[in-house]
Amino acid sequence: MAKYLLKRLFYLILTLFLIATITFFMMKLLPGTPLSNESKLSHTQIQMIYHTYGLDKPVWQQYLIYLAGMVRGNFGLSFQFDNQPVSYLLATRMPASFQLGIQAMIVGVLLGIIVGGIAAIRRNTWVDGTMTVISILMISIPSFVLAILLQYYIGLKAGAFPVAGWGNFSYTILPTIALAGSPFATTARFIRTEMVDVMSSDYIELAKAKGLTSTGVVYHHALRNSLIPLITLIGPLTVNLMTGSLVVENIFAVPGIGEQFVKSITTNDYPTIMGITMMYSVLLVVVLLITDIVYGIVDPRIRLQGGRS
Amino acid sequence: MENNDTENLIEVKNLKINFDTYAGKVKAIRDVSFHLKKGETLAIVGESGSGKSVTTRSLMGLNADNAEIAGGQIMFHGEDVLKKSEKEMQQIRGKDIAMIFQDPMTSLDPTMKIGRQIAEPLIIHNHVSKKQAMAQALEMLKLVGITDAEHRINDYPHQFSGGMRQRIVIAIALICYPEVLIADEPTTALDVTIQAQILKLMKELQEKIETSIIFITHDLGVVAGMADRIAVMYAGKIVEYGTVDEIFYNPQHPYTWGLLNSMPTLDTQSGELSAIPGTPPDLLDPPKGDAFAARNPYALKIDAEQEPPFFKVSDTHYAATWLLDPRAEKVTPPEAIAKRQAQWAKMHTDDGELVRPATPLNTADNLDDSDRE
Ligand SMILES: Nc1ncnc2c1ncn2[C@@H]1O[C@H](COP(=O)(O)OP(=O)(O)OP(=O)(O)O)[C@@H](O)[C@H]1O
Ligand SMILES: [Mg+2]
Repeated sequence: MAKYLLKRLFYLILTLFLIATITFFMMKLLPGTPLSNESKLSHTQIQMIYHTYGLDKPVWQQYLIYLAGMVRGNFGLSFQFDNQPVSYLLATRMPASFQLGIQAMIVGVLLGIIVGGIAAIRRNTWVDGTMTVISILMISIPSFVLAILLQYYIGLKAGAFPVAGWGNFSYTILPTIALAGSPFATTARFIRTEMVDVMSSDYIELAKAKGLTSTGVVYHHALRNSLIPLITLIGPLTVNLMTGSLVVENIFAVPGIGEQFVKSITTNDYPTIMGITMMYSVLLVVVLLITDIVYGIVDPRIRLQGGRS
Repeated sequence: MENNDTENLIEVKNLKINFDTYAGKVKAIRDVSFHLKKGETLAIVGESGSGKSVTTRSLMGLNADNAEIAGGQIMFHGEDVLKKSEKEMQQIRGKDIAMIFQDPMTSLDPTMKIGRQIAEPLIIHNHVSKKQAMAQALEMLKLVGITDAEHRINDYPHQFSGGMRQRIVIAIALICYPEVLIADEPTTALDVTIQAQILKLMKELQEKIETSIIFITHDLGVVAGMADRIAVMYAGKIVEYGTVDEIFYNPQHPYTWGLLNSMPTLDTQSGELSAIPGTPPDLLDPPKGDAFAARNPYALKIDAEQEPPFFKVSDTHYAATWLLDPRAEKVTPPEAIAKRQAQWAKMHTDDGELVRPATPLNTADNLDDSDRE
C-alpha cells in the first residue's frame, strides 16, 4: 500500500508539473498583453512595468523563475487585482466557490442516486421515461442557460431568492441549483445503467430466491453494488463543477474563483491565471487520488489485492 | 404424470407458460405435468431451451416479468402456488423451496461477507437474532465442507474458488432446511473433479436435511448417481419419465435415445458419440404433431399430424411417442440403445428380481475434497 501511494504521489507531481508547463506556454500564446487595455501608457512606462514584473526577460527565464516561485507556494503578484499576491486572492475567494461546489455536488449526486435508482427499479415505465428525458435535458442544457433561466424566473419574476450577489445562505441557492444540474443528470444516468445491470445479475436472482422483498433486494444488494462504481464518477463531476462555476459565478456575481478566473483571462493577468489553474489542478488530482483510495477501501475485491487473499 | 400417491410434495398439473416478446408469444412450457415425492430426487433433463429452468422457476414464482401462466396448477401443501400473491411467495422462497444456480462465480453478492449471505434467509424467515443466525450460518458452513469456517465466514466471495463458492450457495439454499431444493445445473460451470465433489456433497446433505431435490441438467451422465427418477423434456414438454433404471436401460422415446447416445459412458461404449442432429423447433410457432418429428429418424406419418399421448410402459414409466402405439410397426433402436435394452431384459430375468449392473456413471464416489484455493 505504501509503495502504491508513493508511486501515485510521484505521478501526481509529474502531472502537476506538466500542467504548469503547458499552461504557462499556452498562456504566453494568448493574444494581447497585460497592458493592452491601458492605451494611455507611454512606451517607456510600459517597459518599466515589464521590468518590475520580469516580463522583459526571455520566456524560458520567466518560466524558470515562475516554477521556482510556485514550488515555494509563491504565485507572484496579480497584475490586475491591486497588485495583491495571487495566493491571497485565492484564499479570499476560495470559500464561496468551495461552498457552492460542495453544495452542488451533494445535492446533485444525492438527487441523482434517488432518481436514477427509481428509474432503474421502474424500468421501462413512464416513470423511467420521464426521468430519462429530464436527465438528458439537464445534460444538454449548458449550465449558463440554466443559470439565466433560474435567475430570471425564480429570482426576478418569482422573487423567491436573491437574483445575484453574495450574503446569507439564500444567495447560494440559485447558483447551487444551476451548478447541480450537471452532476445530477450524470449521476442519475450512471446509477440507472449501473442498477439495471446489477438487477439482472445472478446474485440478485439468488437474493429473490432467498425470499427477500423487492425493497430488501434493492436495499441490501442492488444499491451497494451500484453505488461503489459511482465513486469513480466523482473526479469527472469535480471537473464539471469547476467549468460550470466559471460562468455560473459570473452570472450570479458570486465573489468566487470562477469569476476571478474569467476576469484574469480577459486581462492577461498571467500570475492569476497560473495560480488558479494550478489550484484547480491540485484539487482535481487530489480528488482523483482520494476517490481511488476510497474505492479500494469500499470494494472488497480491490481492497484485498494488496493484503492477504 | 398421473400419480395419486399421497406423499407427493409437489404436483404440477398441465402447466402452460408463454412469454410475450417483440416477435410474438414464445410457448415455452406446453402442458407439463409431474410430481415430486418426499425425499426423492427428480432429475429433469433436456437440451438447452427445452424449458427446464422456466418450469422450475415457476415453482418459486420467479419467472421473468413477461411470463404469462396460460394454464395449469402447481400444488404444494394442498395449495396452488400459481394463485399465491408475491407476498405469499416470498414466504415460501428460501424457506420451503430453495434454489441453487448454475454459475457459482456470479451468484454470490461480491460486496457482502459470505456469512451474512448465508444467514440472510434465516433472518428473513425465522426472525432469529443476527447473532444466532450467524452461529447457524457457521454450522452450515462447516456442514458444506468449508475448512477453517470460523475465519472464512468473514471472507468475501472472491476469496473462494468456484467449487467452494458453490458450497456456499448450497449452504444458503439449505440454511432454512427447505422441503424442496431446486438445483438448476449446479455443476455445469465447474470442472469434472469438483463436479463430482459437489454432487457427493448434495447427496450427503439431502440425507441429513431430508429434502427433496429437483435436479436440472442437460447431461444425463451426471444424473445416474444422483436421481431416483428422471423426466426428459423436449421443446416445452415432458416426453418420457421413469425411474433412473427405466430411463437408462429401457428408454422408449427416440429423443431419450438421442440423449443417451450423446453421453459418454464406459459400459455402453459404442465408439462414437453422437449429438442429436438438427435443432429444437421454434417455440414461437411450435409444429403440429410431435415436436421432435423433424429430427426423429423413426418418425411415423402420424407424428406430423397428431401429438402422441403418454403410453404406459410400467407403473412408473411413461413415454409420449407413437412408436409405443400397438398399431405402430416395431422399430429397432440404435445399436447402443438395443444393448441397453438387452441389459434391461437380463436384469429382469427369472423371478423378476432387479439386478442393477454396477454403474460406472456414478462419478461421485472416492473423491477427496481438494478444491481449496
Ligand atoms: N423471459 C423470457 N422471454 C422470452 N422467452 C423466454 C424467456 N425465458 C425463457 N424463454 C424461452 O423459454 C424457453 C425455455 O427456456 P429455459 O430457460 O427454461 O430452457 P432450459 O431448458 O433451462 O435451457 P438451458 O439448458 O439452456 O438452461 C426457451 O426457448 C427460452 O428462449
Ligand atoms: Mg436453464
